[in-house]
Amino acid sequence: MNKTAEQYWKANIRLVSILLVIWFACSFLFGIILVEPLNTIKIGGVGLGFWFAQNGSIYTFLVLIYVYTKRMNALDVEFDVHED
Amino acid sequence: MDLQTLTYLVVGFTFALYIGIAFWARAGSTGEFYAAGRGVHPVANGMATAADWMSAASFISMAGLIAFNGYGASVFLMGWTGGYVLLALLLAPYLRKFGKFTVPEFIGDRYYSRTARIVAVICLILASVTYVIGQMKGIGVAFSRFLETDYDTGLFIGMGIVFIYAVMGGMKGITYTQIAQYCVLIFAYTVPAVFVSLNITGNPIPQLGIGSAMADGSGTFMLDKLDQVVTDLGFKEYTTQVMGSKLNMFVYTLSLMIGTAGLPHVIIRFFTVPKVKDARSSAGWALVFIAILYTTAPAVGSMARLNLMNTIQVGEVGTVEGNIEIANVPQWMLNWEKTGLLQWEDKNGDGRIQYYNDKNAEFAAKAEAWGWKGNEMTKVDRDIMVLANPEIAKLPNWVIALVVAGGLAAALSTAAGLLLAIASSISHDLLKGVFMPDISEKNELMAGRIAMAGAIGLAGYFGLHPPDFAAGTVAIAFGLAASSIFPVLMMGIFYKKMNRAGAIWGMISGIGVTMLYVFQHKGIMFVPGTSFLGDMGPNWFLGISPNAFGAVGAVVNFAVAAMVSKVTAPPPDHIQHLVEDIRVPKGAGAASDH
Repeated sequence: MNKTAEQYWKANIRLVSILLVIWFACSFLFGIILVEPLNTIKIGGVGLGFWFAQNGSIYTFLVLIYVYTKRMNALDVEFDVHED
Repeated sequence: MDLQTLTYLVVGFTFALYIGIAFWARAGSTGEFYAAGRGVHPVANGMATAADWMSAASFISMAGLIAFNGYGASVFLMGWTGGYVLLALLLAPYLRKFGKFTVPEFIGDRYYSRTARIVAVICLILASVTYVIGQMKGIGVAFSRFLETDYDTGLFIGMGIVFIYAVMGGMKGITYTQIAQYCVLIFAYTVPAVFVSLNITGNPIPQLGIGSAMADGSGTFMLDKLDQVVTDLGFKEYTTQVMGSKLNMFVYTLSLMIGTAGLPHVIIRFFTVPKVKDARSSAGWALVFIAILYTTAPAVGSMARLNLMNTIQVGEVGTVEGNIEIANVPQWMLNWEKTGLLQWEDKNGDGRIQYYNDKNAEFAAKAEAWGWKGNEMTKVDRDIMVLANPEIAKLPNWVIALVVAGGLAAALSTAAGLLLAIASSISHDLLKGVFMPDISEKNELMAGRIAMAGAIGLAGYFGLHPPDFAAGTVAIAFGLAASSIFPVLMMGIFYKKMNRAGAIWGMISGIGVTMLYVFQHKGIMFVPGTSFLGDMGPNWFLGISPNAFGAVGAVVNFAVAAMVSKVTAPPPDHIQHLVEDIRVPKGAGAASDH
């Protein structure tokens, strides 16, 4: 693997790691582990933990994939490994 | 026009549409049969993936599970969406770059081993067939209601239609048909949800309705009201009841997520886009279309539960007039009674129905004092809730007809996608790839179609005695995919040193542990009476239910693969170069057959 490809891969791994931390936080952490304390905070008639488990996590997932697609397409160009 | 005629009309029209599209886009070559010739736009591909993905389990079964498990059913909502993040970030772009047709093909090449390919095919077939069993349950429920017959007859008719439909089309036909099916199913799901939300909370957007106050002017929030209604009858509080334990919920969610990223019929979708870039965005588009249904489902579930409770408990709990008279039950209950999926019995002979939690000792004692002799709703199949929902909410007949059509669309599209994955793994991976390399294209297609027919028959047979509700059966399929396919795919891309022996033993031990656990609690091949530990909570390992065990199997898979690869020879240089090559998008041509 040449220098650029290696750096490209490192940048990729860094991006994916950050996004996966958020992925874990919005579902497992807020929706399951911390659900009781978060439920004391209400938005409208829904506890925040319950909301994350049933709605909020899904919205977050959408944002994550959107950010990933944007960033990776930019990285492809930056490291000149994009498709023709 | 009466409901029955209207239902026939709507269902008939949608079927004519699907068959027309399937005929127009029928497959001419193996390339089109498996991968739609790679000419599919990411948005179209995303929509088709969404229809493929959202099966009877999502459409018919999930809201019912939410209705009865409340917060506990969040595992399905998070699990069946979060997997797309894994798929987009960890697998889809690389598998597209690799550029072959099937998952076992990737595993066979990456691990330079025919044995690995065969093991992958077996894992894939086990997971897919289990998944189709779940679909068959959903199809049986939908057809039995639609044709007003019993469940078994509905199932047989459904099998016939799936057969004609999947065998004819191939992937190209399926992709375009699935776009039509997505439109039908999402319309059918959201329209009643909007009506019901408007009725109950006055807010037409179901996603907001769930957090709104009741429209009756009491100022009580809808969820608070629901919590109160169910606890008044001895049931667990809706917004806090957990499924098993929190550990079980954690593992269950994880299992569904990594199962999503390991299921062949979903992954196969990302082989069909023109570019690596498109593989990334396709996963995103798929999730957009899926999220429309999944964010609506919590409102559908909670409001259906509220409506159901209020139908039977018409007045104050404990008073005689508080319970509905059997002579006065609404028409929808009589309709569903015919299918055998809804049953009641007047245990105390008072001519009224008492629906309460008689397993709750404290409440049962109170109930006895009122002359109640046990819960009289002896069977409420969770899988009927979505189909019955518009009837319960007294919506117009055309809405009810639409929902039946949507349920059938969901079940059919997924069954077809899965059958295609099964067919391709048998004809393309086993026959052409391993046993009969010289097979002609025509015979390969024929073998694929025969494999589909066999899979329908097998799944239909097990569908007569499904191991669980549609969504539960499907969850087992996810566990099998999670414990076998996902770990080797991920290691194949992210861990250059992973070798043949590691992958093979990883897959075998992962799926082995999961199957052993499922079978010992659910019966060998789900045959009732052969489970040697019984499907009982106290016998579960750390309280983890069999449906959720795939995540544990995946951990075993990773661990075994890592250990075995450490003590065996590393992969040859050309394989390590192959891995380096799939990591960069540049040079992704059109996929080659071989």
